[in-house]
Amino acid sequence: MSTAVTARRLDPTSVERPVLAGWGGIVLALLGLWLTLPPVLVRTPLPSLVLAAVAAGLGVWVVREGQRRLGWGAVVVAVLCAVGAVAATRSGQGNLERVIVWSALAAAMLRFATPLVFAALGGVISERSGVVNIGLEGMMLVGAFFGIYGTDLTGTWIGGLLIGMIAGGLLGLLHAVFAVSLRADQIVSGFAINFIALGLTGYIFLHHYGDQGTPEGLPQVPDISLPIDWIPFFGPALDRLNLLVWVALILVFLVWLFVFRTPAGLRLRSVGENPRAAATVGISVYRTRYLAVIASGMLAAMGGAFLSIGFVHSFSQNMTAGRGFIALAVVIVGKWRPVAALAAALMFGFSQALAQRLPVFSESSATLLQALPYVVTLIAVAGLVGRSTPPAADGVPYSKE
Amino acid sequence: MSEGEGQASLTVASRLSGYLRGGGVIAPLLTALIAFFVGGLVIAVTGANPFSTYKAIFDGSGLNWLFPWISHDDRTTAALNLQQTLITMTPLLLAGLAVAYAFRAGLFNIGGQGQYFAGLYIGVWVGSSLHGLPGFLHIVLALVLGTLAGAVWGGIAGFLKATTGANEVISTIMLNYVALWVGVWAFGLGGPLHSDHDPNVPISNPVVKNARLPVFWGDPELQGLHVGIFLAGVAMIVFWVLLNRSVAGYEARAVGFNPDAAEYGGIHAGRTYTKVMLVCGAFAGLAGVIDILGWQFAVATNDIQNAGVVGAGFIGIAVALLGRNTMVGVFFSALLFGALINGTSVRNLDPAVFPPELATNLTLIIQGLIVLLVSAPVIVTALYKLRPRRTRPNEDAPA
Repeated sequence: MSTAVTARRLDPTSVERPVLAGWGGIVLALLGLWLTLPPVLVRTPLPSLVLAAVAAGLGVWVVREGQRRLGWGAVVVAVLCAVGAVAATRSGQGNLERVIVWSALAAAMLRFATPLVFAALGGVISERSGVVNIGLEGMMLVGAFFGIYGTDLTGTWIGGLLIGMIAGGLLGLLHAVFAVSLRADQIVSGFAINFIALGLTGYIFLHHYGDQGTPEGLPQVPDISLPIDWIPFFGPALDRLNLLVWVALILVFLVWLFVFRTPAGLRLRSVGENPRAAATVGISVYRTRYLAVIASGMLAAMGGAFLSIGFVHSFSQNMTAGRGFIALAVVIVGKWRPVAALAAALMFGFSQALAQRLPVFSESSATLLQALPYVVTLIAVAGLVGRSTPPAADGVPYSKE
Repeated sequence: MSEGEGQASLTVASRLSGYLRGGGVIAPLLTALIAFFVGGLVIAVTGANPFSTYKAIFDGSGLNWLFPWISHDDRTTAALNLQQTLITMTPLLLAGLAVAYAFRAGLFNIGGQGQYFAGLYIGVWVGSSLHGLPGFLHIVLALVLGTLAGAVWGGIAGFLKATTGANEVISTIMLNYVALWVGVWAFGLGGPLHSDHDPNVPISNPVVKNARLPVFWGDPELQGLHVGIFLAGVAMIVFWVLLNRSVAGYEARAVGFNPDAAEYGGIHAGRTYTKVMLVCGAFAGLAGVIDILGWQFAVATNDIQNAGVVGAGFIGIAVALLGRNTMVGVFFSALLFGALINGTSVRNLDPAVFPPELATNLTLIIQGLIVLLVSAPVIVTALYKLRPRRTRPNEDAPA
């Protein structure tokens, strides 16, 4: 049975030809850009421009065949790759080799993606139960603050992580009280959660630490050293990652397993799709949603705690800087699925990693590139949203009557 | 207004604005009181006295100027403080209108801050260049271009929603951050609009003397009250007329009630979204220009980054929600928040009573609580002593 399904998926005649051509165009354009970067380093833009032109042509054809979104996507990618290739061939080889170190970029991508992965998994669980959680940003922020505050109090990072998660869970509980029991408008109450988190963390932070900031030398979540640095690319990329990076990757699998392969996950999804039907077969809609939102707060808080005790090793006011909102976009781009959300988070992580390494070329333009992850989010949400359908009851308050 | 459970096109914002529109001032007053009460608990936990703290915040806001019995010296100080409060209130009022107009069309405009930035940047750019232009012309030009810049920035989100269906909540938040970083880049060291005089300070050129808004109350040297507040007053009237007496406003409200029904009635919902966001952006953009021509005069990248957290555009959301998206409501809640922010500012709050930097965060908590309490129609309707509306018929049927 399953082999039959796989065979049918691989059979090219079953895929529409425009779809194939559109994706083919995107791959060609990316190949052209790749040629001009280390280690290949073709020093003339000509081959890349030819490939980009072919990709754009394919894109136009795909648009005419009716696949407008994909077609325009291919055209945009072709143009961006052509610009990138010209820029790359014009910049010095030394600079390029300093910026484009694929293994270092991959490691940075994983690091930047980790907080997004945690928060996005929280978002997936919450939205699968039918509760939109705009408060992810605030829940990350309390995770970041109470993570380091708890570490300071208990003297261990495990204590900090737990206290951070409890704080995130409590904020999730607050959101659940309003979103579930009081049938509040979930976007507005979630937004309020962000304000409260911002004020509360800022208040306690200043009251407790003043101008000094969080103390240095607090215990941190350890890095995991793997004896694999002899493997090309994967060795240097993966041999010294933070423990929480691995935890995030494992959690992606566990959340997928939970949501799609367990009876509890089925109940969760049924509550998000049709709460009345779920209630009819004896599932408690309120209980499921409460648990989902609390779990989502704890996951988002883990992401925040990674920032403060795994990555930056300090706390500053509003240090999450919109990552919770990006995580929300990750959920949408990832179509409310854990594994696809991981892929989306890696894409944003990559754009952040790139923005971080580009100051080599120009200090001032690098500041502008800080906007890159947000632009990518905007394009992704605008370009992909039409093709992703949220759970049917997402954002709709449910009343027992 | 029928409310469908599975109707995704009926946005939460439109449902909320339905609950908020009813008459009465009791609910918002009680909401604010509860929020202040919880804020008082937070103060008490810190070990300060909530009553003297609130008294100090009230005095810091200058609202005691209205009391006839205060002494002459107190009145002088109060006048200075009240001028500051009204200066703070002006952009909040405009940003509140920007959020409220979107709410009435069923959109949640979180992008007030980005639209404010667009107006601020274009305002400082126009205001600091074009030397020698007559003052009045210069001011009008900066106001118009800044307002347009805000409109464009808001319009992007509306256009994306109309053409691709991109959720305006996400897109406006992203546009906020894009605007923030564009500003930090443009006015930062080495940026294209960086100051010609201060090579080491990340700040813009100052707005030329001619292009600054005239001060009509207080000393211009001591940041007296500028005429921007009258412009905000005009914007309030524009808001009301546009919403209640124009075709565009009618279409916006119709789409806010129910986009599907509006489409059926011949209103192009997508085009309406774009138009509404253009208007919202214009209000917020105007707030930005008024701030720059009225009292800031130059943009420092530090201020941009701080405003990204607690700027007028964000507070405008709380202003609109507490003001129940009406003209009068937005006015009074802007006054409340203006007083609160100014009363807790480092300059106006007596540090002996309560540390101002903590009070700033206290303001955030109070705002958050207000928004949270307003978010739940059950609470709002209970405060009104109204019965919650019955949900749709098939929900009432026994399952």
